[in-house]
Amino acid sequence: MSDAVINKINGTKVSPGIAIGKAYVLGKSNQQITGTLLNGPVEVQQEIVKFENAVINSIEEVEMIKSTLSANTVSLEILNVQIELLQDEQIKTDVMEMISLQYKNANDSVIEVVEASITILKNLNDDYLSARAADVQDAGNRILKHLNNDKPTGCQVLEEDTIIIAEDITPSEVIIMDISKVSGFATQAGGKTSHAAIVAKYRGIPAVVGCGTALAGIQTNDLIIVDGENGEIIVSPGTEVLNHYIEKKNDFLKQTLLLNELKDVKAITTDGVAITLLANISNAADMEASFAFGSEGCGLLRTELLFMNRTSFPNEEEQFEFYKGIALKAKGKPVIVRTLDIGGDKQLPYFDLPYEQNPFLGYRAIRICLDRKDIFKTQLAAILRASVFGDLKIMLPMISNILEIREAKMILQEVKSALTALQIKFQEDIQLGIMIEIPSAAVTADLLAKEVDFFSIGTNDLCQYTLAVDRLNEQVKHLYEPFNPGVLRLIQNVIEQGKKHNINTGMCGELAADVSATLLLLGMGLREFSMSATSIPYVKNLIKNTSITEAKEIHQHVMGLDNAEAIIHYLQESNKQ
Amino acid sequence: MITQEYIITAAEGMHARPATNLIRLAKTFKSVTKLKKGDKVIKLNSILNILSMGLKGGDAITILIEGEDEQDAREAINKFFNGELKHL
Repeated sequence: MSDAVINKINGTKVSPGIAIGKAYVLGKSNQQITGTLLNGPVEVQQEIVKFENAVINSIEEVEMIKSTLSANTVSLEILNVQIELLQDEQIKTDVMEMISLQYKNANDSVIEVVEASITILKNLNDDYLSARAADVQDAGNRILKHLNNDKPTGCQVLEEDTIIIAEDITPSEVIIMDISKVSGFATQAGGKTSHAAIVAKYRGIPAVVGCGTALAGIQTNDLIIVDGENGEIIVSPGTEVLNHYIEKKNDFLKQTLLLNELKDVKAITTDGVAITLLANISNAADMEASFAFGSEGCGLLRTELLFMNRTSFPNEEEQFEFYKGIALKAKGKPVIVRTLDIGGDKQLPYFDLPYEQNPFLGYRAIRICLDRKDIFKTQLAAILRASVFGDLKIMLPMISNILEIREAKMILQEVKSALTALQIKFQEDIQLGIMIEIPSAAVTADLLAKEVDFFSIGTNDLCQYTLAVDRLNEQVKHLYEPFNPGVLRLIQNVIEQGKKHNINTGMCGELAADVSATLLLLGMGLREFSMSATSIPYVKNLIKNTSITEAKEIHQHVMGLDNAEAIIHYLQESNKQ
Repeated sequence: MITQEYIITAAEGMHARPATNLIRLAKTFKSVTKLKKGDKVIKLNSILNILSMGLKGGDAITILIEGEDEQDAREAINKFFNGELKHL
């Protein structure tokens, strides 16, 4: 592929897949500063009237587009923002001032004010706000169009498999574009929250954004490849490259199809061992969505979301409704509810945690719950009450010793007694388990196993605590390595002890979703994996095509290797076979 | 004049949608309404100005209301920040 090098442009991948097609370059509206100055107050008055009329006409135009859309669409929201921008008092005042004080005409004033506003938004160093520059530009363009009496830009007639090339895609363009004909997007500007990215992801169209000015050389009808897997744009590829990408595109489509087919297939190894694949979720909607990816329940319900984004602690009733909603959506499938895991990097605006030198080693999770029993009891009562609506289990985070479990169990018993006294129903034998995420817990799994119904290995914190690495710290995060032999030995011990003491052991950290770890973990004896739902088909595909015997061999070999690099290399090679 | 403090309860901060709703709400009152964070004060009549404040979830802000219907405005704005905003 010698000819691939010259015409390759890199950007940010925002939506996967491969698209091959002809370019359609979205024209920039031809707004130009005229430089003409106004001659006296009469002309100033005329320009102000022209500007005001252009704004009125623009708003009318957007209202008209709005009336053609059905309610509650994303486009409708975008247009409401657009209307607010069109009648924005700040923009209006700035334009009027420029006309009356600097004698610039309406056209030039609008261009300058819009440009200044865009600069402000872009300088806020916030991806979301930078992306809103496209909305401001869109409003400006619309006013300019009406100022200059340009013909309305109607729907472009696009050919099949068109690849849209643009500086940035404005909301109006997204709305009037015939998306069904678009097979890919490439834009100069934009990040993950740009309109192009959102539309592409929503429609499953490959897209690369933030490609920079290198895209400017592309002409309409150039042959373009959008590689959404690697974040690359290839312009006018030679036959060899083209064939390579046609193959890649077909592979991707085949894979997508395969993953869709896998949805309803059970995760069973070639030698007949069934593996449970669960989803990590934050709310009822996640639970429902996870089934589309073939999840068999929830291995980790993060309850933090319920506590965040509000001004006070949720009361028992609110919490009950939340857990009940999820239990119902789970339709009898298990849901492991992790009790409140705040502190560390997760703060609540209404709960003043003292400043700490080492928040990750400090007052967090179960430590807060055992200290503030009122908070803990409210949550436990709500979970217990909701347990009659599904198969809920309780999981305690950040356990470092057995006494914490015993204390939590006593509190749980108190809450149960209180509910019984009030004749409130709940699942008497609700399972209680713990997260294994502190090295002391992993090492003493043999002791802890006698106190609980299940383990769930939280690899993110376990790795961070075992290796003494803050993975949010740029300078040391390269040391954060779940394949470190030390971390792997801890994981192995937990799985072994769980098996020995006949309790269920699952894994809910990022390692559970990492396909290079799947066979190793199977070999160690892990039979339950919980991950973000979208990863489930990939892990399942591997499980279906391997045997426990093979997995055990891989496990044995890995335990003989002395560093993470060698382990990762070996595992990736094994996956290829 | 009424001053009232709030915390931005929308997880993602004051994004375009909540900003639009807040401005539309403020416009229904005769009172002049302003938003203050640190030394920066803006009138609640410009979505651009609200966005430019770069308000994040958890940020503390002050709302200033002055005019004949300031009590009604306060009530509506209370509702917005303590209720509606969470769901936007």
